[in-house]
Amino acid sequence: MTRFLFKRLLQLFMTLIGISILSWIIITQAPGSPIALTMDPKVSPKIIEQMEKNYDLDKPIYQQYFLWLKKLLTGKLYSFKDGRPVLEKIGERIWNTLLLNLVATLIIFSLAIPLGVFSARRPYSFLDNLGTFGAYLGLSIPGFWLAYLVILATVKLFGYPVLGLRSFVIEGLSPPEIVLDRIWHLMLPASIMAIHGIAGLSRYTRSSMLEVIRQDYIRTAKSKGLPEEIVYYKHALRNALLPIITLFGFLIPGLIGGSIIMESVFAWPGIGRLAYQAVLARDYPVVMTILTISAVLTLIGNFIADLLYGVADPRIRYQ
Amino acid sequence: MNLPLLEVRSLTTHFITEEGIVRAVENVSFEIYPGEILCLVGESGCGKSVTGLSILKLIPIPPGQIVRGEILFNGRDLLKLTEKEMERVRGNEISMIFQEPMTSLNPVFTIGDQIMEAIQLHQRLNKKGARKKAIEMLDRVKIPFPEKRIDSYPHQLSGGMRQRAMIAMALSCQPKLLIADEPTTALDVTIQAEVLRLLKEIQREMGMSVMLITHDLGVVSEVGDRVAVMYAGRMVEYGPAETLFHEMRHPYTKGLLESIPQLEEKRSRLNAIPGQVPDPMNLPEGCKFHPRCYLRIEECRKEEPPLFEVKEGHYSRCLRWRECR
Amino acid sequence: MKGNGTTSQIRLVWKYFKRNRLAVGGLTILIAIFFVAGTAPLLAPYDPGKTEVSLKLKPPSLKHFLGTDQLGRDVFSRMLYGSRISLSVGFVAVGISIFIGILVGAIAGYYGRWVDSLLMRLVDVMFCFPTFFLILTVVALLGPSIFNIMVVIGLTSWMGTARFVRAEFLSLRERDFVQAAKALGVNDRRIIFRHILPNALAPVFVSATLDVATAILVEAGLSFLGFGVQPPAPSWGNILTEGRTYIFDAWWLTVFPGLAILLTVLSFNLVGEGLRDSLDPRLRGRR
Repeated sequence: MTRFLFKRLLQLFMTLIGISILSWIIITQAPGSPIALTMDPKVSPKIIEQMEKNYDLDKPIYQQYFLWLKKLLTGKLYSFKDGRPVLEKIGERIWNTLLLNLVATLIIFSLAIPLGVFSARRPYSFLDNLGTFGAYLGLSIPGFWLAYLVILATVKLFGYPVLGLRSFVIEGLSPPEIVLDRIWHLMLPASIMAIHGIAGLSRYTRSSMLEVIRQDYIRTAKSKGLPEEIVYYKHALRNALLPIITLFGFLIPGLIGGSIIMESVFAWPGIGRLAYQAVLARDYPVVMTILTISAVLTLIGNFIADLLYGVADPRIRYQ
Repeated sequence: MNLPLLEVRSLTTHFITEEGIVRAVENVSFEIYPGEILCLVGESGCGKSVTGLSILKLIPIPPGQIVRGEILFNGRDLLKLTEKEMERVRGNEISMIFQEPMTSLNPVFTIGDQIMEAIQLHQRLNKKGARKKAIEMLDRVKIPFPEKRIDSYPHQLSGGMRQRAMIAMALSCQPKLLIADEPTTALDVTIQAEVLRLLKEIQREMGMSVMLITHDLGVVSEVGDRVAVMYAGRMVEYGPAETLFHEMRHPYTKGLLESIPQLEEKRSRLNAIPGQVPDPMNLPEGCKFHPRCYLRIEECRKEEPPLFEVKEGHYSRCLRWRECR
Repeated sequence: MKGNGTTSQIRLVWKYFKRNRLAVGGLTILIAIFFVAGTAPLLAPYDPGKTEVSLKLKPPSLKHFLGTDQLGRDVFSRMLYGSRISLSVGFVAVGISIFIGILVGAIAGYYGRWVDSLLMRLVDVMFCFPTFFLILTVVALLGPSIFNIMVVIGLTSWMGTARFVRAEFLSLRERDFVQAAKALGVNDRRIIFRHILPNALAPVFVSATLDVATAILVEAGLSFLGFGVQPPAPSWGNILTEGRTYIFDAWWLTVFPGLAILLTVLSFNLVGEGLRDSLDPRLRGRR
């Protein structure tokens, strides 16, 4: 187990370095990057000054990378837009995004797994085929389009406000109403974000279950006279869920990317929205930092998932 | 003899696939008496495993189907039982062990858990009692340090020990009949002998009957009381082991026995049965063995022969059984 | 392996594919969409770029099947031409990603050891980045031309293919027919291309089809954020985006392009999954 852990940590570290290098290369070396901008007479001297401060453009290339890395880690990168430290701007909003993503993830796992397990019990039955078609639909629908349809419907039919973290007329409401209001504003974007994930995960669960059911040990369990429910929900499910644990890691990048669109649609003040506004304003320090942080979070998420898998599967836990 | 414990009559199991119907088991009948070991012998694909699975109704039903027959266990026809009633029979009155102990044990549960499961289900013992019984069983199958091993996972045990654990699991509720599907095939030769010896010992102690499915005639000679030889889904010869080894009356049985290389003789070629096992979806007309048979005549192609009684308790499905040997 | 088996293999795959009704439905729709995209100039009743302010924001009617947009352009004609853009973005982007993926995967899988480690580290790093955000950033950097969009999507989607191809190469490399070829002195490149690659391609087809679906969704997302194909060139994504401002008054500007995207993406997904089931030998025994 410890050997497994050590190996993974080493890989993690190397990948981290790779991420930072790639991020830096993308932003500073790509055509249209800040370097080119310094040559552009239209760009204001204030921005050029900030860029030189942020990127040490006067120093040799490899030093630029390390200096940037140091600045990133110590919070000394500053936004082009308003000069504030990038990490501060991110810190203000990251919890909103994390909250949104957490709720979406909870919705995904709590709906998709039972759906997948249920479908696999009677494969190719009418309900299963319906579920399969529904999953394909969920995978194919553009999230923002669905969001707009829902907004259209909700506003036209119910007259409910949907944008932002809370309704505008919040002051006049009592505490329970405020909580309800916040939950309402949270559930809608989280649910729509979750649809894609539910579709994918339910299919994956289903095929994992179908794979497990074919195994010899399921036949053995039946031969002991165990009732079908126990064979299915104890012996099969436990094995089928193992690979799903590793999916925890993959959900994070998807949600951060999906966040950008959803946060824009619903005017949710999270880092997705910040990232989009930064791209619009060509605020490179912010963009880069968010990119790098997302990548790092993904990496950590994967690592934790691997760890969980190592703990859950006895074949790895006891070498 | 007394009354049979298990009576299989005209068991027929088919598999319906896209390419055609596979008649895995056709019209198979035999009996198993209390306290004896019946060996079901044949090459791969002859239907012996399917026969074993059919008895416990473990055939996957969408492609598979038990088309007709009766399986009388202590007088009750198992084929007529509901699934819930079958669950009370499985693991309890009839148990089964399988060929590959690594894949036949659930990798995420300890062997203790898996053994205790059956005990708690059928014998209604509480956790403590079940654990005690499980340790006893592990001891019975000669696994060293059973009180420690009970908390091991399957992957932590060797092949031979896994098979013993499976045996412990199957016997934990004292079944009257054990169906053993090639239990030693996947094991090393030396371990094979040990496991067989163990099986025979326990069987004698518990007065249990065993239906041992195997392709290995050596195994049959070690432990078999009576033998049933299968070919292409049919029973072709059936009788006491002694008799079959010395006075076999079916060309296929003869071929099987003669193909075993003897150390004493010097030979330049092995005695293989000419031809190949037929494609189950494209079986020959009449007697299924006739294309490869040295005794064949015109009659053999016309109709499938019935079982002829060679003498009491010994049957052969060959028209020319008298000339055989 | 290659040669006389290929046509009969294709026929076999088609035989199983035919049985999957959803997949066949998807294929039919795809063929229809291709047909529409190919004959757009013939089918379009109006010039998609012709503005007619007096006709602005008219609901669907017999004269304008899908209504008109805020500049009086016929939505139906714009959607027909838009299909060309969506499909070409999908195909070119995936073409690029498949090319890179096969290259990387084959080299990593065939040569192994440090080459493999290095390339797989690269794949891991790429996988960590939030793909959509990365695409958005680079497209914003380079400028949202259709070419840039295709290339950037291609450059960020090759990793899955690389993993597949590498896995196939790793397993096939040890197989007897490769050892035989090596023993006969066949050089490396020939082995890769003529012997191993044809066998490794099956999962790539599946992956490619599904990736086209994703690429179309990405283009739509980029358009939504203003970085997709730029107007006045019509793409389903930008018709939707432009219609966003008028969402409550002109629902047809939102509903129809979204529906078109949904249908196209769904069809690619159905066909891709159908292919996957047909190519997987274990699933064939079903039903």
